[in-house]
Amino acid sequence: MSRVVGDLSQLPAAGYRLHSLWGWATLGFMAIEGTGFALAAAAYVYLMDSARQWPLEGKPPDLLWGSVMTLVLVASLLPNFIVSRAARRRDLAKTKAWAVVLFVFNLAAVLVRAVEFAHLNVRWDADAYGSITWALMLLHATHPVTDFLGTCVLTMILFTHPIDTERLSDVDDDAVYWAFVVAAWIPIYLLVYWAPRWAP
Amino acid sequence: MTESHISPAAVLDAPTALPPAEHEVLARTWSTPRGLWGFLTTVDAKEIGKRYVATGLVFFILGGLLAAVMRAQLARPESGLISPDRYNQIFSMHGTTMMFLFAVPIMEAMGVYLTPLMVGARTMAFPRLNAFSYWLYLAGGVMLYVGFVLNIAPEAGWTAYPPLSGPQFSAGKRTDFWAQMITFTEFAGLAAACSMAATIFKMRAPGMTLARMPLFVWAMLTTSLMVIVAMPAVMLASSFLISDRLVGSHFYNEAEGGSVMLYQHLFWFFGHPEVYIIFLPGLGMVSEITQTFCRRAVFGYPVMVLALLATGFLAFGLWVHHMFATGLPRLGDSFYTAASMTIALPAGVQIFCWIASVWDGRPRFATPMLFVLGFVIVFVLGGLTGVMLASVPLDLQVHDTYFVVAHFHYVLIGGAVFPLLGAIHYWFPKAIGRMPSETLGRISFWLILVGFNVAFFPMHILGLMGMPRRVYTYPAEMGWGGLNLLSTLGAYVLAAGVAVFLVNLIVSARRGAPAGPNPWGASGLEWATSSPPPAYNFGLTPVVESRHPLWTSPEGLPVMTGLVHAPREVLLTTAGEARPDIRESSPKPSIWPLLTSITTTVLFIGSIFDEWFLVWASLPVLVCIIGWFWPKPSHSKTVGAPEDNVPGALA
Repeated sequence: MSRVVGDLSQLPAAGYRLHSLWGWATLGFMAIEGTGFALAAAAYVYLMDSARQWPLEGKPPDLLWGSVMTLVLVASLLPNFIVSRAARRRDLAKTKAWAVVLFVFNLAAVLVRAVEFAHLNVRWDADAYGSITWALMLLHATHPVTDFLGTCVLTMILFTHPIDTERLSDVDDDAVYWAFVVAAWIPIYLLVYWAPRWAP
Repeated sequence: MTESHISPAAVLDAPTALPPAEHEVLARTWSTPRGLWGFLTTVDAKEIGKRYVATGLVFFILGGLLAAVMRAQLARPESGLISPDRYNQIFSMHGTTMMFLFAVPIMEAMGVYLTPLMVGARTMAFPRLNAFSYWLYLAGGVMLYVGFVLNIAPEAGWTAYPPLSGPQFSAGKRTDFWAQMITFTEFAGLAAACSMAATIFKMRAPGMTLARMPLFVWAMLTTSLMVIVAMPAVMLASSFLISDRLVGSHFYNEAEGGSVMLYQHLFWFFGHPEVYIIFLPGLGMVSEITQTFCRRAVFGYPVMVLALLATGFLAFGLWVHHMFATGLPRLGDSFYTAASMTIALPAGVQIFCWIASVWDGRPRFATPMLFVLGFVIVFVLGGLTGVMLASVPLDLQVHDTYFVVAHFHYVLIGGAVFPLLGAIHYWFPKAIGRMPSETLGRISFWLILVGFNVAFFPMHILGLMGMPRRVYTYPAEMGWGGLNLLSTLGAYVLAAGVAVFLVNLIVSARRGAPAGPNPWGASGLEWATSSPPPAYNFGLTPVVESRHPLWTSPEGLPVMTGLVHAPREVLLTTAGEARPDIRESSPKPSIWPLLTSITTTVLFIGSIFDEWFLVWASLPVLVCIIGWFWPKPSHSKTVGAPEDNVPGALA
């Protein structure tokens, strides 16, 4: 036996951020990967702390490309923010235009990251310093690469498919994730590029 | 059991049932195709949950058979039944199977099946991710056992400490198979945990505020959050290990600035919470069974919830107690001793609440409740030796002895297996639609309780006598033969009990009496639909007015209407108050999860033999993921929902 106490038929069928399940999926990814970053950073500090000198041999990574990467990522936050606002305002024209700008920044980040590896001044199999440095860099590198691919597909869809609130919500989730990728890079940048310079 | 096995009368009997014509439409919308294609493409959380549980039980049997072989070897001194090398593989396989392929997955599997039903949802969040999780878990387990048959099973224990597991002392591919199995199962575990947490936060029935959630759901939520924080640690630990072995990195190579202690820290940062990941769902099951069979709400609900959360939090603060014998600084020892003793408090609080519930209720000692009582006895004994082991001087004396083996079997079998078996018996009528045999249930319980204690209690004494764990034999003059023989006999009684339990499931699935929607007179929403539930779980959306909706709504269960019958649609509610928020589409059966798991399997296994697989094999994975995520038609347009008031949009 049951009694009807309400009607759900007039509820909206889309929502942004944590109103939608995709927002929770993004949050889940960020929680898992954020934990992975934090633990890898802890492993770096642990090894650094137990070493007599850091780097164990040779010189620290060249500052130039890591700093260029940091600048590119921090600068990308502006178009990222604009894309997110436009998507949440359901301003399709603006979303499309700034999605292309963001795509260019994503591409730049992937290219700079590729150059960065050549300027770490250590191989992963040289010693534990090399191993953990490469681990942090690779762990982070998978994010600009996968997010770049996601942004590629999403930007393409923006120009080729009819766009509704659900797709704009996807664009916003992608922007939130990119902000996480940038935020995660800052402590890794400090560890990889500056800790070897600051360590005794 | 598929939709076709349910009689229409059974479906229409439940409090959330729809009229027959509407049931037909909704059932068609949510149905899974018949035959092999349906088996491979299903995204029904109930189907995946049952499959997950069944696979977990198969690994439980395999792990148990390995234990039986070990006990046969140890039954008498200087036995030559198994070679030392094979024994190493067998105890490593036993631990790995029980921890990674049985205990964690089967607890998550119970959550996969039960959570959507208990929160009143039509399915789970991310049903395809759920299917992917199952396929990946299956692939990891099969890979490990194929390796075992081919003599490439892990050999360095379930913990795989370097340097023993490193390239120097574990040549060949044995440890690589172990490390990659970790990747498989932890990926699967993380996927299931994300689905679970999102389901609990966003898909609860209207009115089911956080303060009204069933205690099992609270336990699954805490467990899922713990999985998300703990499992990346073991993935990192095993990835560093396999990288040391395959591409010459030096994370754990002391000669090149690495540290074997780093492995232990990473492993136990996962490994200790893992224990709680395994038995917190068990505690939730105990609460559900206790309240049904004592016919009263569990005593001290807010305290129970706080105890679960406190356990989840504290679990991350005591991993170092596994490393007391490694020579840590004195202050570290003291801190982790205190932390290890602290976690006994929330466990003790829960035990007292259950005892109070039994005391104040009208208990019926049916099989599930017997398993709860067995749990209380065995778990308390395990908890007490846990408090003993938290003390550094005692820990140093019995470290790596059978005392520790006894302790963790009391905690894990007591804290997880007893509740699990009780829970399987309890929810069996819901999942299968037929009642299990009470007689066989009681026989199995007593065999398991007696067999378990005869098998494991002597191990405390053996440990105090100095018998180390992980040895394939021992000399007769040590005087350990008698207790070992007794332990072996107990293990076989325990195995007989498990066999009777499984026979009960198989026989009752065919011949048990029809269950009806709520055979035990329970209070939760999972009993407000038919047994087994239809593919769509609930025809009408249940509305919750208390913690015990079926006990406290005498005028009939309140419901809401308005979700469309086609296409698939689910209701999302707000995370705290569970107010209706939005409606979303839910995926249809899909082959992409299976294809993605196959390509991922190729990547994982290939990379054991050639690291470039990580690059080349990622391309097919990528193609599958794009296929999986390719946007579907707008749900708003399909169902004609208003788009002028989208939550979260900016003006």
